[in-house]
Amino acid sequence: MNAARNAASNAAWTARLLVAQRATAFVLAFAVAIHLATIIYAVRAGLNAGEILGRTRGNALFLAFYSLFVVAASIHAPIGLRNIFREWANWRGRSLNIAMIAVALILLALGLRAAFAVYAA
Amino acid sequence: MQTDTLELDIWRGGRDGAFQAFELPLRESQTILDAVTEIQRTQDASLAYRFACRVGMCGSCAMMVDGIPRWTCRTRVVDVQRKGKRLKLEPLRNLPVVKDLAVDMAAFFDKWRDAKGYFEPGESPPADFAVVPPDSRERRAADVAIECINCGICYSACDVVSWDKDYLGPAALNRSWTLVNDVRDRGQTSRLEAVATDSGCHSCHSHMSCTAFCPKQLSPTQSIAGLKRETMRAALRGAI
Ligand code: SF4
Ligand code: SF4
Ligand code: FES
Repeated sequence: MNAARNAASNAAWTARLLVAQRATAFVLAFAVAIHLATIIYAVRAGLNAGEILGRTRGNALFLAFYSLFVVAASIHAPIGLRNIFREWANWRGRSLNIAMIAVALILLALGLRAAFAVYAA
Repeated sequence: MQTDTLELDIWRGGRDGAFQAFELPLRESQTILDAVTEIQRTQDASLAYRFACRVGMCGSCAMMVDGIPRWTCRTRVVDVQRKGKRLKLEPLRNLPVVKDLAVDMAAFFDKWRDAKGYFEPGESPPADFAVVPPDSRERRAADVAIECINCGICYSACDVVSWDKDYLGPAALNRSWTLVNDVRDRGQTSRLEAVATDSGCHSCHSHMSCTAFCPKQLSPTQSIAGLKRETMRAALRGAI
């Protein structure tokens, strides 16, 4: 009974993680494309750091876009990393989940900090 | 009359065994299973291997032939022997060796059970025969995957099975998919839960080794993709 309940909650979790991974992949597909296009534009237009910051400073659209990008990446990456650890290092269970939540939080903190720094520069 | 010779290296022993060389006449239309049987009857009665039907129905004769998992009763020597080369026979990969060419299939079948690869009739039997139209979507989806003979070839071809000892594997998941498409079945929620765990359908890498080697030309990969879809749908609905 207990084993069955464990399997059920494991299944519910795994299936939801997969949904989250797919959904964030969808967001990332667009976000990465826009991100790369912006870089290429900035480089080809010969913008220097000051000019770039001039355009991003106080730009709410910029902040919203990169916040979404960071949130999607912070959800997406640890889920994939968790699968890799399970498969290649045979790492399972609670310690793995806690470590992956930590990875997610670190990515989120670093990413949001960077996005906000450019916005508020 | 000059007869050609077939030279084989056959695995002997358990996990820590060694190859033993054998020679026998090469015959027309001889299968790998014929060769092994001839060796056992005429040269070494202690050679262990498994077979039953000899016609590709029972799924008990699978072995590694030159590193490729094959049903040996339906594999002719001339079709797989590279010109004049010795043939190397080993027990199926990914399963513990009992002795020589025989493996212990217990884990393989345990996973069929764990994937709920069996019909669940529900509490009360229906009053009448169920009518399942042959051209209904579910029946056709089940038909495509139904002809599995439990040979274990896909299981031994799958790298995820080698990496993750708990991975349910292509055959069990393929059977589970046929039951997901069985409209008479009353155990769908628990089946989807059983296959959606960490070692279930979502662990499949879709690299298709199972599909490449299945002697019945089934595509466990496609069945597993179906399970991924259904379990995701069930999760979004909140059903699992
Ligand atoms: S497609 Fe999936 S089940 Fe088939 S061999 Fe690859 S990982 Fe294994
Ligand atoms: S799916 Fe194919 S390879 Fe796998 S056990 Fe069934 S018949 Fe054998
Ligand atoms: S002996 Fe039955 S399938 Fe080969």
